[in-house]
Amino acid sequence: MSVLVYIEINKGRVKKASLECVNYAAKIAELTNSSVTALVNNADAAQLEEIGKAGAAKILSVKNDKLNSDGMFVSAAVEQAAKAENVKVIVFAFDLTGKAAAPRLSAKLKAGLVAGAVDYPTVNGNAFEVKKNVFSGKATAVYSINTDVKIISLLPNSFPVKLGENKATVSDFNVDLSSIASKIVVKETKSTDVGGMIPLPEAELVVSAGRGLKAPENWGIVEDLAKTLGATTACSRPVSDMHWRPHHEHVGQTGIAIRPNLYIAIGISGAIQHLAGVNGSKTIVVINNDKEAPFFKSADYGIVGDAFTVVPKLTEALKKFKANQN
Amino acid sequence: MKILVAISNVPDTTTKIQFTDGDTKFNAAGVTFVINPYDEWYALVRALELKEANLAEKVTLIHVGAADSEATIRKGLALGADDAVRIDSEGGDAFFVADQIATYAKANGYDLILVGKETINYNGSSVGAMIAGVLDLPFVSLATKLDMAGNKATVEHDIDGGTQVVECELPLVVSCAKGMAEQRIPNMRGIMAARTKPLTVVPANGTAPLTSIKSFALSAGRTTVKLIDENNIDELVNLLHTEAKVI
Ligand SMILES: Cc1cc2nc3c(=O)[nH]c(=O)nc-3n(C[C@H](O)[C@H](O)[C@H](O)COP(=O)(O)OP(=O)(O)OC[C@H]3O[C@@H](n4cnc5c(N)ncnc54)[C@H](O)[C@@H]3O)c2cc1C
Ligand SMILES: Nc1ncnc2c1ncn2[C@@H]1O[C@H](COP(=O)(O)O)[C@@H](O)[C@H]1O
Repeated sequence: MSVLVYIEINKGRVKKASLECVNYAAKIAELTNSSVTALVNNADAAQLEEIGKAGAAKILSVKNDKLNSDGMFVSAAVEQAAKAENVKVIVFAFDLTGKAAAPRLSAKLKAGLVAGAVDYPTVNGNAFEVKKNVFSGKATAVYSINTDVKIISLLPNSFPVKLGENKATVSDFNVDLSSIASKIVVKETKSTDVGGMIPLPEAELVVSAGRGLKAPENWGIVEDLAKTLGATTACSRPVSDMHWRPHHEHVGQTGIAIRPNLYIAIGISGAIQHLAGVNGSKTIVVINNDKEAPFFKSADYGIVGDAFTVVPKLTEALKKFKANQN
Repeated sequence: MKILVAISNVPDTTTKIQFTDGDTKFNAAGVTFVINPYDEWYALVRALELKEANLAEKVTLIHVGAADSEATIRKGLALGADDAVRIDSEGGDAFFVADQIATYAKANGYDLILVGKETINYNGSSVGAMIAGVLDLPFVSLATKLDMAGNKATVEHDIDGGTQVVECELPLVVSCAKGMAEQRIPNMRGIMAARTKPLTVVPANGTAPLTSIKSFALSAGRTTVKLIDENNIDELVNLLHTEAKVI
């Protein structure tokens, strides 16, 4: 018996969210007296080694470009690997692939799914109890999965990645996708990467700004701060609604939910719908010229002041800090 | 072409969340319920736009839940949906909901099923792909644009670090996110018309949920904020490094 993890390679690297999943699966393997099998597509030797170090005992190495195009194929590949390996627990990242493939597989196998787990399961005989965020982070719920096969998708950035000395055995695995008729035809792929920033859902450091910045041409100070930190930029909803910033930067209840280590909110009031997307951040810094801004109630550190003077100062202070560290 | 829009009934975004029955149930007392924002603003409004452009014949709402969600369903009708179906049940997990919707869609010949990106109460992002799984249909997640030409949909959607444009023949399931359409406010005529639009109640199929919720807990809030003087910004950098350990 083994715990199966689906791993993705993105831009030449094993996705961080995938490595988190291997660590997570290793913990489940420990709790259930089994071992971790990882399924990965198009991985090179260094990437395979890294997956081993994260805790996989065995790696099924696949070479099939179809897996990059449609969650239907990923679901089928994982299903085949699960059958071949007598798998009882399947782990995905709760990322775009995991959101497309895990529920489909759950419906196919009638295997209970907890989508967006934030903690290790409690194993209770044949039942797993798994915690996830609900009400957009305002609460958590413990779900029970009683089905024979269990699927868990892990909320990215819930655990730090730990790499050890473990070495995995690697074997080629052929998935047969010929019977799957995907009608989805990819016409065009556009990258929203600006200046090589880490995509928001995976970013550990995020600098975000709101209507307090007054106009799109004022975003230079935000970008300078982000660049100095190596952070990804985000924004509040009105800012993307007014097309000051691209849609994909919109965080919150109706945008995307993120949980970086550091979230710096500049000129954002801290409306409940905004908080819903960022309150999972480990540390929150708020910069706002109104000391009554609600965001200060949900912040760890705050500066009451004008963004146009505070932000450049912070950037300078960080540059000095970085220079001293080197 | 007929469009089925799955709408869920959720506490208004400003709701203060509370639980009852020993933290095993959401406390709905005094809570205002609304259509899940993604389902309303994006999925439903885009479906209505397609109909207005004569690219779809009919827009049907489907909701899986109890009778107390009918006010929410009527709001969807007021926005312009033609009719609605409620699968009568006390709810269940994402699979239960998906299986109900799949059964109805299949029996009634819906070619395009639109769901929201996720519900703001359970945040599962699961129902759409599960419907596709049950019906063996293609699924496009997190669509930000949707256009139709005859039997073919062109969908722009988010992928890791970018966006992608795909084409797909119907039948198809799409989950809708920001960008698809703009929020609409129902007008008086819509609200009046909604009162008499058909809302059919259908019994649930016998499917059992695959998961259940044992208990809830409120997330721990933050302790008090540490305010730092703007003339002492090195202090903030120092705290982020030594105390918060995030830089
Ligand atoms: C159903 C629903 C869903 C929603 N979903 C989202 C969502 O996903 N994400 C989201 O962000 N919002 C969402 N909203 C909107 C939300 O309610 C707020 O309106 C929005 O977050 C406010 O954005 P803001 O903080 O940028 O602007 P404002 O509320 O206008 O705040 C601007 C802030 O900037 C400060 N400021 C002004 N000048 C300066 C200066 N020179 N220096 C420093 N600070 C300054 C002000 O004191 C103020 O606090 C949603 C609303 C609804 C009803
Ligand atoms: N009870 C329900 N009735 C109808 N549609 C639902 C229901 N629950 C969820 N949905 C649809 O499925 C989408 C995703 O829900 P979820 O997987 O719970 O995040 C929602 O945005 C709705 O479109």
